[in-house]
Amino acid sequence: MVVNASQDDPEKARRFREAALPYLDDAYTLARYLLRDTADAEDAVQECYLRAYKHFDSYRGPAMKPWLFAILRNVCRAEYARRKTAPTAVEEVPESAEQASMWNETPDTPERQMMRRFDGDTVRKLIAALAEPFRETFVLREIQNLSYREIADVAAVPVGTVMSRLARARAMLRSAWLAEQEQAK
Amino acid sequence: MTCEEAEVLLHALIDGELDAGHAREVEAHIEGCPHCAALMKEYQEIRQAMAETDLRYKAPLELRRRIEKALPQPQPQAVVPSRRSVLRGFAMGSAVSAIAATGLFAIVLRNDDEQRIEAEIVSAHLRSLQAGHLTDVISTDQHTVKPWFNGKLDVSPPVIDLTAQGFTLVGGRLDYVNTREIGAVVYKRRQHVINLFVAQTANTERRPATMTTLQGFNIRRWSDHGLNYWAVSDIGADELTEFGDKFEAAMQANKEG
Repeated sequence: MVVNASQDDPEKARRFREAALPYLDDAYTLARYLLRDTADAEDAVQECYLRAYKHFDSYRGPAMKPWLFAILRNVCRAEYARRKTAPTAVEEVPESAEQASMWNETPDTPERQMMRRFDGDTVRKLIAALAEPFRETFVLREIQNLSYREIADVAAVPVGTVMSRLARARAMLRSAWLAEQEQAK
Repeated sequence: MTCEEAEVLLHALIDGELDAGHAREVEAHIEGCPHCAALMKEYQEIRQAMAETDLRYKAPLELRRRIEKALPQPQPQAVVPSRRSVLRGFAMGSAVSAIAATGLFAIVLRNDDEQRIEAEIVSAHLRSLQAGHLTDVISTDQHTVKPWFNGKLDVSPPVIDLTAQGFTLVGGRLDYVNTREIGAVVYKRRQHVINLFVAQTANTERRPATMTTLQGFNIRRWSDHGLNYWAVSDIGADELTEFGDKFEAAMQANKEG
């Protein structure tokens, strides 16, 4: 898809590139975590940038990164919807159910050994296993360093929801972390 | 405070999102509750472990190219630039420096604009060295050279006499860069010519000097007070740096004086 000629304003293009392209790695990182697929993430980021360019005239701030993320998130949600109707769609529900039960079943003894370190791939796998929308909140906070307010704006939910989702996400990650730790023994 | 409440609020505490009052309450609870204290410690350990791990992904080059291609070009090549878009072309220099840290994008822009303009600057310098082309107005007096530019350009290049500093002002010239007229102030160091090209830029931010070499010529490029400067010469980089430093110091002294 190419932006049509009526929007072909060199000055706008220059300002947009300058403002938005520095966040390309951030956007790609978010898309990878949200979609858990390389090709889908690339398509989503490209679509995000083209949509952002179209709406750049109405962009009034405050910060470019959360603004881009809000657009990217909508693109990704459209992709979920498409997957759900596609015959080969990745079914999200059983996984989130599995995660929720894992959270509840983890033994909760106060005195525990130090949380061990894992390599990047292992941690990414643990994060990727979190159910939507906890994964989204978690990644926006822990990897993208957004504030609760910014996350609330990106995900279009109240700040209180961000707080509870984040608590839930970290609890699930902790359980998965401990399980991984147990397995690695 | 109950453990249930604390288990949610301790995350906001970790993230520094709690106001002072609530933070104290959560801290007080954690102090008296081994369960919540252990949880808090674990979350912090996980967080620390994550901070030490690279969890980000890097956008593939191919994706970057695809996006670059799909977006309108900042300066379409096919269109003959208007005077305004030429000025924007010069302004591009500062845009590039603002995003210099972003890697490929900056490099792409440098190829398109900075390098093209630098190549034209060197060509203009070479033309000026041919017999009879160096100056349109010959004078070692800055009060003759400066007024000469008036009305010829939409920007009046600063003309500063640096004779006392070892760089003799020999005159001024209108030149042609990026399909437009541009002011050139000409200096000599011994027998070497220094052309100082001056163009307007939309960006008024100061941009510190950079030194590049093209076709055997040194180019010292900087921006200040809405003007882009390119000093070109075959003198060594150290001498050209000295020229630039003296010029900028004199400009500064003029403003203060």
